[in-house]
Amino acid sequence: MIDIFTKFSGQLFVGLGWTILSSVIALFFSLIIGTVFAIMEVVPSKIARFIGRAYVEILRNIPLLVITMFFYLVIPKYVMKINGFTAGTIGLTLYTSAFIAETIRSGIQSVSGGQMEGARSTGMTYWQAMRYIILPQAFKIVIPPLGNQFVNLVKNSSVLAFVAGFDLMYQANSIASTTFDQINSYLVVGVLYLIITLPLSYYMQYLEKKLA
Amino acid sequence: MSMIEFHDVQKYYGHFHALHDINLEIDEGETVVLIGPSGSGKSTLVRTVNGLETIQKGQLIVNGHDLSDPKTNLNILRSDVGMVFQHFNLYKNKDVLENIMLAPRIVSHIPEEENKKRAMELLEMVGLEKWAHNMPSQISGGQKQRVAIARTLAMRPKLILYDEPTSALDPEMIDDVLQVIKKVTNESGMTSLIVTHEMGFAKEVANRVIFMDQGQIVEDENSASFFEQPKTVRAQQFLSKIISH
Repeated sequence: MIDIFTKFSGQLFVGLGWTILSSVIALFFSLIIGTVFAIMEVVPSKIARFIGRAYVEILRNIPLLVITMFFYLVIPKYVMKINGFTAGTIGLTLYTSAFIAETIRSGIQSVSGGQMEGARSTGMTYWQAMRYIILPQAFKIVIPPLGNQFVNLVKNSSVLAFVAGFDLMYQANSIASTTFDQINSYLVVGVLYLIITLPLSYYMQYLEKKLA
Repeated sequence: MSMIEFHDVQKYYGHFHALHDINLEIDEGETVVLIGPSGSGKSTLVRTVNGLETIQKGQLIVNGHDLSDPKTNLNILRSDVGMVFQHFNLYKNKDVLENIMLAPRIVSHIPEEENKKRAMELLEMVGLEKWAHNMPSQISGGQKQRVAIARTLAMRPKLILYDEPTSALDPEMIDDVLQVIKKVTNESGMTSLIVTHEMGFAKEVANRVIFMDQGQIVEDENSASFFEQPKTVRAQQFLSKIISH
């Protein structure tokens, strides 16, 4: 294992870098997109609720790999050229955003209706009540399940390997096929994933405690 | 001038007729108490007044705004109509002071310093100035309700709706809250519409008593004569049941 690591450290760090980059981009955008669709799922407008529902149900019920392949193979053919890293990151973002939307929606709905009524009765608009009262409480409630989604996102970024995204998993495949030492190649990469996911897990637990 | 006018108002929940032919006028400055058995429509009626519940038929005018017109801006209406809830509904993510200051800041755009000064005065009035920086979860039910009253007063409403303000409180907390409500109604000259089961309090504070049963207004009397001698059998039964223990 140490052998593989020292011999291929350059390649592995490149993989680590792409994995982190893809995860950070996907995390940022899936959180924004997820929040938008979560709100669409709870607003009074029926059309907005339908669109929100449809988005979530479609994206979370198609395998990540299929979504990613769509962006890797179909979009370049008909719309515009994008590389594997971009296609993979877009797929990962949209797929994860559906799960984050579900998580945040459940948080919004678990804030009691009295909070909204209390706010509206003082003359606040629906959006002011959402922004100042409902969403801050909802986010606090969903930190633990949101942490799960973030960890899943990092692990799911291994989908990039299938579309030449140069991430950790891609490098593991490449090292394994050069050295024929499958066990150690994948072990090294497993440890490198832990280096990202464990601190992330602990940070989310810390946030949970701090805000509780 | 009248603050609230109900003209032949009907409200349904599905097939259930929650408010039945409501006709009611409440003048500026009146303190009106709504009583009646549970399920009689008292809470539903007060909740229609600030548009938390919609009506299906009839006309409802509050402070000059027509609530039967879907184009009426409810936010403008509500900034003049305060509401105190049975379960307080304090913002759990804000401390006591912020609970009071939030709406004046973002709805009425009161300058920060003036807002804070006013909020502290109100906290003093309800006897909670020491609790300004506590979270709602750190104070008792009676204290929460006094904060909720201060939060409502911070908007300088013309009308306050109280929806069973002491029903969720421990017995020894009830009196503190009732004292505050009395003080507010006596000193401010605001119009108040109060749903309550506290008959002693109702007698003391109200100019006028409305007795409801099964979604209808059964009696509408001045307070003294209602408690002396209710006209309808239904109200007599209700009062004897409540006062006998």
